[in-house]
Amino acid sequence: MNWVSMLALIVSATLVYSTPLIFTALGGTFSERGGIVNVGLEGIMVMGAFSSVIFNLTFADTFGAATPWLAALVAGVVGVVFSCIHAVATINFRADHIISGTVINLLAPALSVFLVKAIYAKGQTDNIAQNFGYFTFPGLAKIPVLGPIFFKDTSLMAYIAIVVALIAYWVMFKTKFGLRLRSVGENPQAADTLGINVYRYRYAGVLLSGFLGGIGGAIFAQSIAGNFSVGTIVGQGYISMAAMIFGKWNPIGAMGAALFFGFAQSLSIIGAQLPGISSIPSVYLQVAPYILTIVVLVLFLGKAVAPKADGTNYIKSK
Amino acid sequence: MLKVSQRTRQILVPLISILAGFLIGAIVMLIFSYSPLQAYGSMIKGSLGTMASIGETLRQATPLIFTALGFSIANSAGFFNIGLSGQALAGWVGSVWVALAFPNLPTFILLPLAIIVGAAAGALMGAIPGFLRAFFGTSEVIVTIMLNYVMLYSSTYLMQNVMPKSFRVSQDATKTITFHASLHVNWLSNMFGGSRVHFGLFLALIALVVVWLIMKKTTLGFEIRSVGLNPYGSEYAGMSSKKTIIMSMVLSGTLAGLGGVMEGLGTYQNFFIQTASLSIGFDGMAVSLLGSGGSLGILLSALLFSVLKIGGLGMQTGAGVPFEIVNIVIASIIFFVAIDYVIGLLFKQKKANKAIPETPVAVETAEVKQDEQEGGRL
Repeated sequence: MNWVSMLALIVSATLVYSTPLIFTALGGTFSERGGIVNVGLEGIMVMGAFSSVIFNLTFADTFGAATPWLAALVAGVVGVVFSCIHAVATINFRADHIISGTVINLLAPALSVFLVKAIYAKGQTDNIAQNFGYFTFPGLAKIPVLGPIFFKDTSLMAYIAIVVALIAYWVMFKTKFGLRLRSVGENPQAADTLGINVYRYRYAGVLLSGFLGGIGGAIFAQSIAGNFSVGTIVGQGYISMAAMIFGKWNPIGAMGAALFFGFAQSLSIIGAQLPGISSIPSVYLQVAPYILTIVVLVLFLGKAVAPKADGTNYIKSK
Repeated sequence: MLKVSQRTRQILVPLISILAGFLIGAIVMLIFSYSPLQAYGSMIKGSLGTMASIGETLRQATPLIFTALGFSIANSAGFFNIGLSGQALAGWVGSVWVALAFPNLPTFILLPLAIIVGAAAGALMGAIPGFLRAFFGTSEVIVTIMLNYVMLYSSTYLMQNVMPKSFRVSQDATKTITFHASLHVNWLSNMFGGSRVHFGLFLALIALVVVWLIMKKTTLGFEIRSVGLNPYGSEYAGMSSKKTIIMSMVLSGTLAGLGGVMEGLGTYQNFFIQTASLSIGFDGMAVSLLGSGGSLGILLSALLFSVLKIGGLGMQTGAGVPFEIVNIVIASIIFFVAIDYVIGLLFKQKKANKAIPETPVAVETAEVKQDEQEGGRL
């Protein structure tokens, strides 16, 4: 294997594994910038993965190659519906954010596997017929060296994720909506005094995280897992949350951190093909993303500052 | 609208949460045209119908009591320990390892040794996030979750690559431990129709009392509760909040580790590959939240969730309803416990009400109790 094809392998594997993390971490930034801690991202990804696989299996014949894309949208909508539970509990019903998020994480695998059993009478779905597959950018792939590494047989969804991250940054820091969302996460009392509807903006943040988290789960299921079972999503939601913290609650930063964690995750898969890494026992590569998450948090959290009212309930005085 | 006292309210909220949780489960079953009555019927029959099934329910409650106690101690210090399953797994592997390494030591040495090593393994896993939180301010929620996955993969690796080959029967499981290290006692199993209920049940009951004593009657317990209520105030009063956080996590990990020991030396008598985080971890958390952290509450809710878990298996075979409905019910119950503010709106509290004049003393005690409850919850 020459070094161009080796780099191409690393880059494309990193992109494939990062994409679900990028979407979900972006969702996390919207929720937490609005002041709602969303540990439930993991559960939302589970529901997204589940619904996309069901949609894919059911409609693959009807929609053909467009199926995974439509399924991702459906998963986003399911994510929104599911995140409503978290939104209602934390915004209106004054629940503790972490307990409510944990309820989401307990409920999602139970509900999805229950539904799989109720629909298919077995604990695991069949493999999907249509997945995201690989994409070659016409023209760009012809560029020497860079072309084969970045633009040939790569993940189109990853590039969309990067564009979405840029849009998310623009929305959060350059628009009226973003300013108001951040204000209810920093100081809801002051925002309320200025006539901003705190509850509405917090809902917007949580539901956006549901939409993006659902898409994240759908991408994982349709580009990596290929089917749905209770073991499909194992910690990707939590890693996304860590990526968001590592990225200092900033969409661009979260994207960068997600790419880093994606790289760490992909190593345990492609490591066997890389000289030098293939001799490391697989367990080290398996636990690496999780250990790295901890190390990164320890080293960088001190410098990162969460939105001031993150994790607190806002009780409007009458 | 019902008017109730503070104490009645504390009992009513969990009860209503339980009923609402079962109701949600019933609605989900109805949507998929299963019969809730038949399902819940076979659940009761499967968990309490025979002496053997009662034994299994008690067996299931044993590790849950330990993990729930572990969660509640950390929670009292304001620490959200989601790493119970990793800590329990460490305890399981540790205790079985010792039991297999010294199979012929006499029971009175080997059994305590295996239990202590398991507890210490759990304590170590708990100390890591405690240390990181105390000295680096790292969020324990993410660290403990990450450690769950680290422990999950490491446990398989330890068994397959680090344990001597003679300890294993296959790549997937270790040998069965000898009776010197086993918590199994014949008279107890025979009493409950040959079920796997074991001596750990009594250890769990002792732990309930010991933890209650530690939390209510010792300086450490006072400091843990105090740091949980107000870390800055406690620091000002001369307590070391760093030390207290680490100590609470060590205790929490110890108890979770003991939960794993119950599985290793009691229920299964060996270690085998785990494909997902141990369910006693998250279930223990649920038990503690429902029992609002108190010893009696934990005992009762551990029994309830064991009825659900063991009965759920009977439900799957008896009524053909997927087992997952049990976890849906549990998650729903915790959801309703979490939104206790809304459930509290269903009935009025007997205080500060002009229609019923009350003495100031009564109002004061009611408020103190409320403080206690808040400290115990989060």
